[in-house]
Amino acid sequence: MEALITLVIAVLTSCGVYLSLRGRTFPVVLGLTLLSYAVNVFLFITGRLILAAPPIIQDGRVEYADPLPQALVLTAIVISFGMTAFVVILSLRARAELGNDHVDGDEAGRR
Amino acid sequence: MNHWVIAPLLLPLLAGVILLLVRGSAMQARRLISAVASIASIGLAVMLLMQVSDGGVLVYRLGNWQAPFGIVLVADHLAAIMLLVTAILATCVVLYAVRGGDQSGRYFHLLFQLQLFGLNGAFLTGDLFNLFVFFEVLLIASYGLLLHGGGANRTRAGLHYVVLNLIGSTLFLFAVGTLYGVLGTLNMADLAQGIGSLDDDNVGVVRAAGLLLFVVFALKAALAPLHMWLPGAYSYTSLPVAAMFAIMTKVGAYAILRVYSLMFGADNGPTAGLLDPWLLPLALLTVAAGTVGLLASQRLAEQAAYLVVVSAGTLLTAFGLGGTAAVSAGLYYLAHTTFATAALFMLADIISRLRGPVSDRLIAGPTLPHGQLFPGLFLLVILAVTGIPPLSGFVGKFLILQSAADSVWMSWVFGVLLVTSLLGIVAMARSGSQIFFEVDSAAEPAAALQAADLAGLALLLVSGIALVIFAGPVYDFSAHAAAQLMEPSGYLNAVLNPGIAELPR
Repeated sequence: MEALITLVIAVLTSCGVYLSLRGRTFPVVLGLTLLSYAVNVFLFITGRLILAAPPIIQDGRVEYADPLPQALVLTAIVISFGMTAFVVILSLRARAELGNDHVDGDEAGRR
Repeated sequence: MNHWVIAPLLLPLLAGVILLLVRGSAMQARRLISAVASIASIGLAVMLLMQVSDGGVLVYRLGNWQAPFGIVLVADHLAAIMLLVTAILATCVVLYAVRGGDQSGRYFHLLFQLQLFGLNGAFLTGDLFNLFVFFEVLLIASYGLLLHGGGANRTRAGLHYVVLNLIGSTLFLFAVGTLYGVLGTLNMADLAQGIGSLDDDNVGVVRAAGLLLFVVFALKAALAPLHMWLPGAYSYTSLPVAAMFAIMTKVGAYAILRVYSLMFGADNGPTAGLLDPWLLPLALLTVAAGTVGLLASQRLAEQAAYLVVVSAGTLLTAFGLGGTAAVSAGLYYLAHTTFATAALFMLADIISRLRGPVSDRLIAGPTLPHGQLFPGLFLLVILAVTGIPPLSGFVGKFLILQSAADSVWMSWVFGVLLVTSLLGIVAMARSGSQIFFEVDSAAEPAAALQAADLAGLALLLVSGIALVIFAGPVYDFSAHAAAQLMEPSGYLNAVLNPGIAELPR
């Protein structure tokens, strides 16, 4: 399970890095989204992968899941969601004001 | 528990909420709220400064949860200095912006107060994840402020700024997650203790997380080679906003100083001295790169932006040298350079408005009105920025050079800082002569200024001059701050081992 989830994070991160290095705003936005997915999964597993364990104290249980990463990842999701919405709108505005969707605003650096 | 510690957070947040509620009302009312809140934040910062001046560390436990289980706000000397510098800068910028700079968009004052909320939070928090959240708050507000007014160049520069900072935030979360995964805590004091007694197995992981954090803070602080975003973003935004952004690179420098003195300090276990091979060389490289950009700039605002890069490099040179003398010199320089670069941005804005269509490009333009006033002001600001006596820039640079005298890096620090100072003077003298002496007699000068337009700038210059007159007490205070940072046990004890009377009941 650990190996699988590590692989998932690795694939998400590398796709995110590749896309955010592209020259047009749409792939860059997608890349940022994938990076934020990767980091959300990463934060979630910092409390270790534990199955069927309660996060708050119950009688007669000895094994608990760590509740803090769940709170952290919730905050991170909210922030990254808001930022993604913002960067989508900003890209649209850049497309309108600059006349094309290249991140530098001109076609010279076309990839 | 001292509730005044949280007041610098609540005041701008409250002002922001009120501004949101009255967003349809007259501009004058919004300006009044914003100005009153900014001036009151100076009062709060001075009060906190007095309270910590006996050497104590004030800890505010949110919800009265004992650290490390709850989030704490911590006010020590360093935090108090940063709060006061921010509050003074904010007041000057508001006083300047109410003269017309705030009219390019509807939410200037709202975003401005929320940015202050983020800044004050970043300086006060004692929790690493909370630091991330406050970074996001100030960044979100800064995105809005940066794009205020629109325009093609501003949108393009804003897009780069936003994308870079989003990647920075992602790296920050990776670093925070790694530290939590290994050490099981996010309270900075608790992290420091955990790192001090780390198993050999985990040293590599924690070092990687520590250096990842450094990349994030270096991006915020505009440390070379991560400084490329700054000149575009700062020089194309509206210049009152750029004046406020003079404090933004200092947030990165503050975070470097706080995290690496507390968590990766010289005596703190196997990761001690994590930044030693990196910070000083990169800071000197930043100074050099900023100076090259300064010489190549075609506009006054661009020069001001490159001077921000140079000042960030100089500041981090001081922090990179380490030791009480260098850090206290750095803190003095931090206050000076924030005021000086903000003053230059404001002056560039005033000059570009007076020159009409020529704006701030370094080409021949109309004769400026008001006789010798603007050449005089320009000279004053340039003396401060480039570090020529008798203004505060000279004192700051002199203290940094003095603290470098015993270092093995002495020749590098002296060489780079002195040569770049000379080149800075050359660059600024060239732009001064181009703006004030090479006059195109056909061009029409714009309307004259009113005295109130200069209020913010005058207040910044007075603050800079006060830094020279009261250099002794200011340096003493920053020396105490540096001593506190070099000896983190006071901070650790205040956060983790409160006295019996302080314990939550």
